[in-house]
Amino acid sequence: MTERLAKGTWVEIHRIILLPGERAPQVPEDTRQLPLEMRVKGFLVEHAALGEKVEIVTPAGRRVRGTLSEVNPAYSHSFGPPIAALSTIGSEVRGTLSERRRTR
Amino acid sequence: MMEKAGYESVMARRAEIVRASVGIDYAQYETGTIAFDYERLLADTGYDVESTRDIQGRTAVGNTPLVELKNITELARAVAGPGKGARIFVKDEAANPSGSFKDRRASLSVHEAKKRGYPGVAAATSGNYGAAVASQAAKSGLRCIIVQEAFDSRGVAQPEIAEKTRACEAYGAEVIRLSVGPELFYVFLRVLEETGYFNASLYTPYSILGIETLGYELALQVKEQTGRLPHTVIATHAGGGNVTGTRRGLRKAGAADTTMIAASVDLSGLHMASDRDFNRKSFTTGHTGFSIPFSTWPDRADVPRSAARPLRYMDRFVTVTQGEVFYITQVLAELEGMERGSAGNTSLAAAFAIGQNLGEDQIVVVQETEYTGAGKHPLAQLNLAKRMGIDVARGDPRDNEPGRRIVIPQDPSQISVTEVNLDHLRRSYLRNARSSLPEGAELGDVDFEFLAADTRGSIAYVKEVVDELSGKSR
Repeated sequence: MTERLAKGTWVEIHRIILLPGERAPQVPEDTRQLPLEMRVKGFLVEHAALGEKVEIVTPAGRRVRGTLSEVNPAYSHSFGPPIAALSTIGSEVRGTLSERRRTR
Repeated sequence: MMEKAGYESVMARRAEIVRASVGIDYAQYETGTIAFDYERLLADTGYDVESTRDIQGRTAVGNTPLVELKNITELARAVAGPGKGARIFVKDEAANPSGSFKDRRASLSVHEAKKRGYPGVAAATSGNYGAAVASQAAKSGLRCIIVQEAFDSRGVAQPEIAEKTRACEAYGAEVIRLSVGPELFYVFLRVLEETGYFNASLYTPYSILGIETLGYELALQVKEQTGRLPHTVIATHAGGGNVTGTRRGLRKAGAADTTMIAASVDLSGLHMASDRDFNRKSFTTGHTGFSIPFSTWPDRADVPRSAARPLRYMDRFVTVTQGEVFYITQVLAELEGMERGSAGNTSLAAAFAIGQNLGEDQIVVVQETEYTGAGKHPLAQLNLAKRMGIDVARGDPRDNEPGRRIVIPQDPSQISVTEVNLDHLRRSYLRNARSSLPEGAELGDVDFEFLAADTRGSIAYVKEVVDELSGKSR
């Protein structure tokens, strides 16, 4: 049993816009072998389950159809761990400045 | 019905869709086979610097602080020759409502859309400009749709673009996220046709006039703080609008002799429409993937005639490496207490090197900063690079290789700029101009004059190059 989502749930839908054979002529080789995909978020018009063909209303008020791909999609971009190649730059340049100030 | 929405069919309606969505009949400005009346195109909008400042002021856009980077200046002097090392200032554009100078570009477009009764605004952009349009639309009560190139075929989003998605959605906009490819423009045209929204293109006169205030304010602020005008202003260069608008604004403020330098991150070797390369760039704007093609053919833009014409306005064009920009971004945070986004710091890396060739009494201005945060931060960009198998290490920035190796300088003395040969760009521009000519069409006097203005060359120079190109193609 897949879970039914209530009408009005904030979701993302997915749709193929162009198939590999329909890509623009100037597209490079690697991209040409792939479809052009679209993802849009909005509120479900009718109750539905993941993977079903649904309709949403976007924040701009448009109705868009596609396959229900995510429920309440997260913003998962972050900073990640510190990068060693950046972590000593501050103390190095502060050292350069104090050396300069000391010798002037 | 399917047919009408198909790729070829929509692209064939491109001219009429764009005309309706920007409300400008570009045909009336044509003066020759290739020439058009650029100044009249801008003047007919009815906006000048003062009225633009007034409109921008109503949404708290502009009037950003000009900050002297005294510690970075001193660091540059520590590695420069005796008596060298100009004073470096930065225009803190991150202080704009959505966090970048793009608010200036969005403000007049959204103002114009509202005035003309469009129901909403749309823009095709993966960068700060989307947040700027969404922010301005929110303030004026217009609906907004932003179309982004956002993720690769594995579904991996570029973190900086993911942050832009979040910001646009925070301002109440609809965001259409696409996988990699130039057909984004096709989707954008379909959206414009379906909604009847205003096309807040980066390349309309409104977008360029909106930046003039940046150059104008900057000149007045430098004059007020130092009693003189800037020797050099450096702008991060992508589509050409930043260089164009800033230079025009400087001139309007009387800074006619200020040197205008365009600076881009060198991403040579990476293909802009490649799914594979998409997440290997570490920069989504301010790089050569945009700045070279837009310098050599501005009219590749999403409007028939671009109001951003960078070759007219730049005195020099330089590149810096990815690693140099990440280095200076860290220095800006730790020596000046300003944590700002990397792409905007491209011109700061250039200023650090260029200032070392000027006397200590000269003034170099970096004309923008942008906000930073999750996704847009060097840590996010470098962690993604490492995940993509790109080597990130300290070393000699000359060993930096886009898509393979990001080299963070060992020492500030290693930061340098590479000159882009402007004559090569001019020739490339003229080659593109020639190949854009309709079959059998000839260039007339007005066209040669236009091409001379667009390349900052003489008419004789243009004729000579065009003759040379014709000879080669025979």
